[in-house]
Parts: sequence; structure tokens; C-alpha cells
Amino acid sequence: MAKALVFIDNPGAALKKSSLELLTIARSLGEVAVAFNGELHDDVAAALGAHGASVLYRPSAADLDDYLVAPKAAYLAAAVAASGAGTVLLENTADGKEIAARLGVKLNAGVITDVVGVDADGTAHKSVLAGSYTTTAKARTAVAVLTVKPNSVDVESPAAASTPEAVTVEVPSDATANAARITGRAEKAASGRPELTEARIVVAGGRGVDGNFGPLGELADALGGALGASRAATDAGWIGHDYQVGQTGKTVSPQLYISAGISGAIQQKAGMQTSKVIVAINKDAESPIFEIADFGIIGDLFKVVPQATEEIKKRKG
Amino acid sequence: MKIVVLVKHVPDAQFDRHLTGPGNTTDRDESILSELDEYALEAALQLSEARGGAKGGNEVIALSMGPAGAVNAVKKSLQIGASSGAHLSDDALAGSDAAATSLALAAAIRYLGADSPVDLVLTGMASTDGETSLVPAQLAERLGLPQVTFASSLDVDGDRITARRDGDAHADTVEATLPALVSVTDQINEPRYPNFKGIIAAKKKKITALTLADIGVDAAQVGAAGSLTAVETAEARPPRTAGTIITDEGDAGIKLVDFLAAQKLL
Repeated sequence: MAKALVFIDNPGAALKKSSLELLTIARSLGEVAVAFNGELHDDVAAALGAHGASVLYRPSAADLDDYLVAPKAAYLAAAVAASGAGTVLLENTADGKEIAARLGVKLNAGVITDVVGVDADGTAHKSVLAGSYTTTAKARTAVAVLTVKPNSVDVESPAAASTPEAVTVEVPSDATANAARITGRAEKAASGRPELTEARIVVAGGRGVDGNFGPLGELADALGGALGASRAATDAGWIGHDYQVGQTGKTVSPQLYISAGISGAIQQKAGMQTSKVIVAINKDAESPIFEIADFGIIGDLFKVVPQATEEIKKRKG
Repeated sequence: MKIVVLVKHVPDAQFDRHLTGPGNTTDRDESILSELDEYALEAALQLSEARGGAKGGNEVIALSMGPAGAVNAVKKSLQIGASSGAHLSDDALAGSDAAATSLALAAAIRYLGADSPVDLVLTGMASTDGETSLVPAQLAERLGLPQVTFASSLDVDGDRITARRDGDAHADTVEATLPALVSVTDQINEPRYPNFKGIIAAKKKKITALTLADIGVDAAQVGAAGSLTAVETAEARPPRTAGTIITDEGDAGIKLVDFLAAQKLL
């Protein structure tokens, strides 16, 4: 039976939805193994079993997090060899893509990023050129390495849970020799909102918010969504660069994207046009964002947004 | 210091971009120097200038791989201030995926380092066409270099690099030793524009034309033949059509919530 290996970097106290999505895809491809790095809580190990993992690979070294991706790629290559997997699935994060990149060179394996769906025969679906094309691509190699975007599949559990076998994989001794070392870490204040690229709802502001993201934050919270921003807003210093949606920022594909005070220049559109439903609020009726909005409001966001927030609170009681 | 900056000729995102031909490759008419590569070039120029520029023995080489038109990305880089350029062009390279691209670029960088070693390879955080971000990490793997990607600041002291990387949950300080590969974000600097003097000076600067034979790469290792992935189908996404547009008459916030409720998004 074909085997698929899922890499989960630092699973934490509970499996993330994106990890469960990778496990769901892996099961559709064959027998599932998981290679993790970091601490593994008992209930996470049980959850991995409940989602079909038959083997859990752990690295022989505990210091992989002290370096940028290179040693993790070396460990994962060893885990692929140990598992005999034909497909490796990783998260489509910056680190996930780079581990995939290096793994591809180590194994002479084709790497496909930004995947939104995988067929049983390994054909990967993705969208390219900022969502203007949908393509299918396939690795031409014995091993395929795929990085999958969040919210790509509905999470399913298998009928029968397994009790995975734990196997330690030897991290090559030279894995850290020529790797960049992380020497300092400053934690950023947590917003309490969902992560932008994984959020089901995104409320984003641009030049039109004129330095005041307060009302948009309240709307995001009322909807349980994440806050985003255009480059104009992050360049103005009104909000951190982490919030930037667009070609030079993050690409998002939520169920609902509310754009407030953003004109919708093509670089912005590039980051959000695959959103399922787009709402635009802008004073300028000529804004290009209205060309792609499912629901557009020509009006002052400082009037419309607080009114909507109040109405949502009222209806949710 | 000898710095190689990778510069890519990409379709201008201001216009509609297309996939074309049997391999579904990107149409490169209407192309420009990738905006994100300007930050890498600026970082290279600042490092060079801080060490006395050309007189101090510093060299900034702009390297581009691509069809004939890609030389324009190199020319633009020379106008901005790179000291020389190299353009790797060969018909066999068309349709290269990240693996084949990184293989060819690694060979080109080895070629450029044959007489004196390359200390630093600088790249943008991603190309603005493929946007896979795979090539910098694959180059580092192939060249056996430490990789410092997504640097939002970069300091070099002797052979020691210190960079800052901004993540969502934390900002990291990262250290590595030269030679190394660094990719930079658009937060690292403000790229300069070419000035008249730069444009004139660029005409005298050397662009080395490289073919696969020059860098010792077999045609079968690159292009569609050497790529490890194949794009099988490509469909233009139907353009989004505008939906309902209303003008706020004092109740648009309520109407918005009605719309969200109807879409089951509340």
C-alpha cells in the first residue's frame, strides 16, 4: 500500500486544524505516518492515532528548533527513508515550504507548494499567478513533496483509530554543522484573534482607515475573524507588517473577506481574490475593489463598520 | 566582499498575466525586474558601500536566468548600481521548475566564484510570478551554504552575519557564517532608483552571457526535461463579477449584516 508521511513541527498541546487536514489528505493517499519535531503530549499522540497515523517518527536530537530549517530537512529526509513514503505532506508556511525545498534537493523529489487539493493518484491542485489560474501539477519523481494550504479539505476521522508505533529517527550528525543558528527570540503580544492565513473571516483595512484600526478590530472580534491590512496601511505604520495581505504580504483565502477603505490595487487583489465572499466598503465609487466585490457599499467606513458591529452583537444576543 | 544578487525578469503584475504553450509556462512579454529583488540589490549595495565600494575590493554581481529579455533585469540592476552582471540564457532552460532552476543557478554561482569565492548570495523573499519561495532554500542546499531567509535586517561583521526575522508570534535573531545565502523581505530597506549618472555608467559595465555549456550543466538536467514536477492542466479562473453595490443611506451596516446572514456567514 502507498505510504504518506506528514511532517508536524512542534504539535503543541493540541493538533492544529491544518495538521488534521494534512492527516485527512494523507489517509486518502494510503498508509499514514507522522514525523514530528519537538515535544509530543500524550493526548496529541492519541489524536494522531485517532486520525490514522500508524507510525510516529521522532528526531534523535532535541535542538532542531535552535536552527533555521536545514536540520529539520535533514531529519525529515531520514524519516522519509525510514518510512518508505511516496508522498510527504507539509504545512504551506514559510518554514514548511523551505523544509520542502531542501527535502526536494536531498531526495531528488518534485516539490509542489500552495496545494489546495490532492487526488488519490497524487495529482495536486493549486492556483497560480495570484489566483488568476487554477492548475494541476504532478511530481515526476518516486517521492512527491507537497505543501498544503490551510482550509483546503474538510477534516475527517477514520472509522477505526490506531495505536501508533513510536520510532526514533537518527538526525544526521552533520545536520547542524552549516546551519544558521537562532540566537535570540522576542515573543510578540498575542492578539487573541485567529491566525490571518488560517482565519475563516478576515476584516482588512487600507488607506481609508486613516490610522484608526479600532472599528475594524471590533468588527473582526464580533465575527470571530482576523484583522488584515493593505500595504498602504502597514507602510504608514498604522499596523504591523504581519497584518499585510497582498502580493508582498500574506495570501488569504477565507470564507469571507471584508475590505474597508482599500482601493483594491492589483497587488492587494493578488492576496485575497480567491476568498469565497468579498465585501467592500469604500467612499470612492470608482475603487477597483468594487469590480470583484460580491457586496459593495459606497460609504464612510467609520459609519458603516460600527453600525454593522452593533447589529451583529444585537443579533447574536 | 563578493556578492551575487539574483534578479528575475517577471511579468508586470500591473497587467493581466498568462500561462502559455504546452508546458503551461508564464508568458514573459511585458516583464520587469521583480520588485522584491530590488530589496536584495539594495542590501548588496549598502554592504558594498559600507566597505568602500569597488575601491575597497567589493563586487556586486547581478545574476539573472531567463530568455533574451531577462537581460533587462540585469541592465536595470547595473543602472541601480551593481558592478557587473551575468545572464544565463539557453533554450533548454525554458519551463524549468524550482529544482531545475536552482540546479542551473547553483552552477552559475559556482562559475562566478571560480576565480575568487562568492561570499554572499542575496535574493528577494520570493519571485512575484512563481511565488513558490523554493529557489533560495534549494540553492543553499545545493551550494552547502547556511541559509538565512526572510531577513528584515542584515549586518555583516567580518565573516559573521546577524539578521532579524519577523514571524507572526515572535521575531528571531539569526546568526550564520559567511559564505551564506540570505533572502530579504521588503521591510529591510528602501530601494534606490537609478539616476542619470547610474544609467550612463551602466553602459560601460560588463554583462557576462552564460550558456549551459559554460556552467557545465547538461540540457537534460534543466527545462521541462529536467524538472521534477510538471504542470498538467491550467485553466484561467473565471473573472469575478461585481455583485450588488449599494450607496450608504444611513443603514448600510444593517444591510451588510442582512447580506452576511443570507450567506450564512454570521
